[in-house]
Amino acid sequence: MPYTILKKRELAQGTVVENVIQAPRIAAKAKPGQFVMLRANETGERIPLTMADSDPEKGTITLIYQVVGKTTAMLKNMEVGDSILDIAGPLGKPAHIGKVGTVVCVGGGTGIAVLHPITRAFKQAGNKTIAICGARCEDLLILEDAMEAASNECMICTDDGSCGYHGFGTDLLLQVLTRETVNLVVGIGPVPMMKAVCRLTREHGIKTLVSLNAIMVDGTGMCGCCRVTVGNQTRFACVDGPEFDGHLVDFDELSKRLAGYMTHEKESMERYKGECACKAQG
Amino acid sequence: MAKESVPRQKMPEQAASERRRNFKEVPLGYTPELAKLEASRCIQCKVPGCRKGCPVGIDIPGFIKQIAENNFAAGIAKLKETNALPAVCGRVCPQESQCEAQCIIGKKDEPVAIGRLERFLADWERSTGAVKLPQKAAPTGRRVGVVGSGPAGLTVAGDLILLGHEVTVFEAFHKPGGVLLYGIPEFRLPKEILFAEINYLERLGVKFECNTVVGKLVSLEELFAEGYDALFVAVGAGLPNFLGVPGENLIGVYSANEYLTRSNLMKAYLFPEYDTPIVRGKNVVVVGAGNVAMDSARTAMRLGADTVTIVYRRSREEMPARAEEIHHAEEEGIELKLLNNPVRFLGNEKGWLTGMECVRMELGEPDDSGRRRPVAIPDSKFQMPCDLAVIAVGAGANPLLTGSTPGLTLNKRGYIIAEPETGKTTMRGVWAGGDIVTGMATVIEAMGAGRRAATSMHKYLSLGW
Ligand SMILES: Cc1cc2nc3c(=O)[nH]c(=O)nc-3n(C[C@H](O)[C@H](O)[C@H](O)COP(=O)(O)OP(=O)(O)OC[C@H]3O[C@@H](n4cnc5c(N)ncnc54)[C@H](O)[C@@H]3O)c2cc1C
Ligand code: SF4
Ligand code: FES
Repeated sequence: MPYTILKKRELAQGTVVENVIQAPRIAAKAKPGQFVMLRANETGERIPLTMADSDPEKGTITLIYQVVGKTTAMLKNMEVGDSILDIAGPLGKPAHIGKVGTVVCVGGGTGIAVLHPITRAFKQAGNKTIAICGARCEDLLILEDAMEAASNECMICTDDGSCGYHGFGTDLLLQVLTRETVNLVVGIGPVPMMKAVCRLTREHGIKTLVSLNAIMVDGTGMCGCCRVTVGNQTRFACVDGPEFDGHLVDFDELSKRLAGYMTHEKESMERYKGECACKAQG
Repeated sequence: MAKESVPRQKMPEQAASERRRNFKEVPLGYTPELAKLEASRCIQCKVPGCRKGCPVGIDIPGFIKQIAENNFAAGIAKLKETNALPAVCGRVCPQESQCEAQCIIGKKDEPVAIGRLERFLADWERSTGAVKLPQKAAPTGRRVGVVGSGPAGLTVAGDLILLGHEVTVFEAFHKPGGVLLYGIPEFRLPKEILFAEINYLERLGVKFECNTVVGKLVSLEELFAEGYDALFVAVGAGLPNFLGVPGENLIGVYSANEYLTRSNLMKAYLFPEYDTPIVRGKNVVVVGAGNVAMDSARTAMRLGADTVTIVYRRSREEMPARAEEIHHAEEEGIELKLLNNPVRFLGNEKGWLTGMECVRMELGEPDDSGRRRPVAIPDSKFQMPCDLAVIAVGAGANPLLTGSTPGLTLNKRGYIIAEPETGKTTMRGVWAGGDIVTGMATVIEAMGAGRRAATSMHKYLSLGW
């Protein structure tokens, strides 16, 4: 069964792409917070992408990714009707959804795509859900309407003030925490953002869940590439996570490990751009 | 002329100075002449010891006789009666401790080179395009699911398809082959050989469903509900052991599984033609001394390292790797640092590995395994610089499938409990075999387990549990 792209939509000025992909077996099983391992073509790398949505009836999954490296650039160049070579999943533990009271879901950048189904599930489970969505500027903000619908209250912020509150998600989170009783915080986004959210909620003693985007190879606990330190213990993000108790995560180590292949990624990307330019010239 | 007077024929191989920097296969294989000469050394024992030494009981004198008589087609047919993957086994089996260890010629002289002859026949068949599809039994209408496509799973698939059952193999990765694909490097087992074997099974009618992580995408119970009549679980060991010392999460410290998977399955050794990156260390240490450690060290050398050092806490006698692999590694310039144990890894502010601290060891009293226990020598710590470290200290049972299948009974270490003679598990209709039952063992033992399970499964499919 080919993993055919059924829909393609560019978000955030084309820096982010949403694909709806035919994958009925995965769609039948996928739960919020789970990811897939994807390989675009025969020479491609296996990369993890957390699912932004899944529809068991239609047999589709939705992936939303920021175009950051060669794989995502190749994906962006694929059109509706094209097929992705390999997709394996659903992998990882689903997000823990329960009725806890008031839940604040803080998302940054493309993390909002991952946060969206989790927010929706918390609301459906009968929680009061407050969403806080942040981006560098208005143009880079994604899914604000979907988050609005998935929550009881949705707050927007941008680093440059071009939309919503002028400042960081943590500022808004602090406002909420001082305003009312919060039982759980879910923070998903760039590592510095998750780290800042956790620093704040630790001071307030509020349990915080994060979703870690470690580098992965197999995604099934076989290689240990995705290891993260949580509560001074080594855990594998692909099977023990990706969701972890944010107060226990060593974010500094995660940041460093995520940067491990930066020079390789640059080289791949440069080569790919060169190839694309050659093709364009005919 | 007495037969013993022909010496054991060497197999031509790439010179060490050349091969240490390329991924091409190291031994080049016998020519027909060399093969016939080597085959002539076999004295055709009435009660052959070699056959007892083979975990699957291949009729070794039988196929060797055919080589000696220049009947290669008859030889490969004989071999394939009991071994579905001779091109693989001829390359990776530890013959020196199995068939060849029991060879009578070996009492006075060097044993007959059984592995090399086995490999010769399989390569001859493949290269002459003589591979014939055997006759399949009439369709039984029964459906078999095999979980995992390593040697155990491939053996069950090959056996049961011939008996007329429908067989589907589910594999978590995007390509089938198990450790043969992602673990054992190209220079020891060219992937082309594995692909030919998979292709052969496909032509027989075996279906492969890759990207299928059983336990996540579908459970064993659901497979039964989908109409499968019997299932064979052969998911391998697949959980990397780490040392548990400080600094192990620095960038540049890999498990052997990750290092070899990047290089073999993802072809990182061809970066940037292939997209998967791999750290190319200048000074590499590999911790451990089994086949996996040798494969990692030799891969690092081929990826351009200046120095590759194997660090092992016991002495040479205890090294679990095959003698041939240790020999090949040393020839390629890999150093052995024996009786040393890593105590921590050192890194820089960016989180990159810069060195390793070890403590010297000496051998004390024998431990449970009968081997003398290594004990640290006080005040013997020292540091060695390195920018890549590969941890190859064994594997455990990956709980992904077993943890989501309550019907399977596991032992204390998380391996599936299965009857040794049949592979039957505690779950009705489910068999298991290979590394997920025994812990990391060998290709031929996994195949043997597959063979026994296939026999039992066939009986069940014909007669009942
Ligand atoms: C680097 C290395 C070198 C080795 N060298 C030798 C050697 O020289 N000689 C020798 O005899 N032995 C060697 N071995 C050992 C040998 O390879 C193994 O004993 C053998 O492969 C075990 O076979 P298996 O079929 O049990 O499992 P594996 O080969 O491990 O295959 C298991 C397969 O199952 C798949 N799988 C796992 N979980 C799931 C799931 N949930 N759903 C679907 N699929 C799943 C895996 O992806 C894998 O493809 C070596 C091992 C390694 C790692
Ligand atoms: S399968 Fe392995 S053990 Fe058996 S005869 Fe061949 S080489 Fe020897
Ligand atoms: S990605 Fe290999 S263990 Fe997690």
